[in-house]
Amino acid sequence: MLNVGKIEEGFVLDHIKAGRSLSLYEHLQLDKLDCTVAIIKNARSSKMGKKDILKVECDIDTLNLDILAFLDQSITVNVIKNGKIVEKKELVLPRQIKNVIKCHNPRCITSIEQGLPHIFVLSDPGKAVYRCKYCEEKYSENA
Amino acid sequence: MRHLMSPLDFTTEELDKLFDLADEIEKNPEKYAHACEDKILATCFYEPSTRTRLSFESAMIRLGGRVIGFSDAGSSSAAKGESVSDTIRIISCYADICAMRHPKEGAPMVAAEKSGIPVINAGDGGHQHPTQTLTDLLTIRSLHGSLHNFTIGLCGDLKFGRTVHSLINALVRYEGIRFIFISPEELRVPDYITDMLREKGISYEEVIRLDDVMPQLNMLYMTRVQKERFFNEEDYVRLKDFYILDSSKMKLARNDMLVLHPLPRVNEISVDVDDDPRAAYFRQAQYGVYVRMALILTLLEINV
Repeated sequence: MLNVGKIEEGFVLDHIKAGRSLSLYEHLQLDKLDCTVAIIKNARSSKMGKKDILKVECDIDTLNLDILAFLDQSITVNVIKNGKIVEKKELVLPRQIKNVIKCHNPRCITSIEQGLPHIFVLSDPGKAVYRCKYCEEKYSENA
Repeated sequence: MRHLMSPLDFTTEELDKLFDLADEIEKNPEKYAHACEDKILATCFYEPSTRTRLSFESAMIRLGGRVIGFSDAGSSSAAKGESVSDTIRIISCYADICAMRHPKEGAPMVAAEKSGIPVINAGDGGHQHPTQTLTDLLTIRSLHGSLHNFTIGLCGDLKFGRTVHSLINALVRYEGIRFIFISPEELRVPDYITDMLREKGISYEEVIRLDDVMPQLNMLYMTRVQKERFFNEEDYVRLKDFYILDSSKMKLARNDMLVLHPLPRVNEISVDVDDDPRAAYFRQAQYGVYVRMALILTLLEINV
């Protein structure tokens, strides 16, 4: 079994669906941080069978994790300080998502205007409904 | 600086002020005849729309202003591949206010984000058409006497008809409005609108036959089944004549029911309805000019 050492300060993102950790790495823009990141893929999990884990050693204020609430609400976010879990962080749906998902409406201006960001706005927090800022089309993963 | 993207950009109090100004313009047009003497309106129409464009141009000219613009994408720099963002930056140097129509939904919002002058959404794809909505609201307020407590039937293409979507969004802010949606299954009002009505607890009904609900209506808003919204000819031909209002259907209606239509009509309202005193659609076009005059003055912050 592979062992990855514990971190002093930062986050442990647990219960990531197996195989999704690299995509989360990109969405959280961890490549832009000058810190230690451990990507653990296909770890054994009694709850999920297999899971991914991300360990990020950084100042806890430097990382905005809200996007995780949109991507996968089942992820557990452990906040680490002095090598110990001090908090299980509650994820809040971001009010706006920029360039994470694309508008699928062929009539939307985002389909032709070069350089225009794909921005989605949270229109119904209760049902986690996001709509394109420009055409108001509801985001659907299957579109 | 303010823009108009959606009817919801203005509060109901702000709309009241706008409509009061439109009333004042209707009563005293001479007072406003020189209000925009040193101003230029740019009409940037990326798809043809004679009626809306001429209504804007008439409004600006009646205010003493001047108009520049283009009336289809082919005669603009868009044909060379220029983005909306670049176009509006240039137009901002030439004009004081811009009315933009575009086939792509959200294009006027992109323009507003980059613009140095107020931008008015003059229709964006199947999305919004706020100045038509302001026209509709002013017509209802003037002819029905109030924007509260009535049952409105919306009939025809409720799926792609942007005038309908904009009007519903605007009316939900007033008390006591009940909606009856009359359309074929294929052209039903989109889910996001019925979701919103349910969330707000607003009463609505979806029916297929116009005849069944006529006696309940205080006003009937007819719409055209637009050929350009269809992907194939066969669907268009099959659905276009689905709902036609004629004098025999008008016999089922209340004596004071108003018939509204954003125009142009094709054949969804028979010409024998035109002389019925309840037919308000030509008066509606006149209110469209007054409300656009009021809007131009408001966005340019001109007080007369």
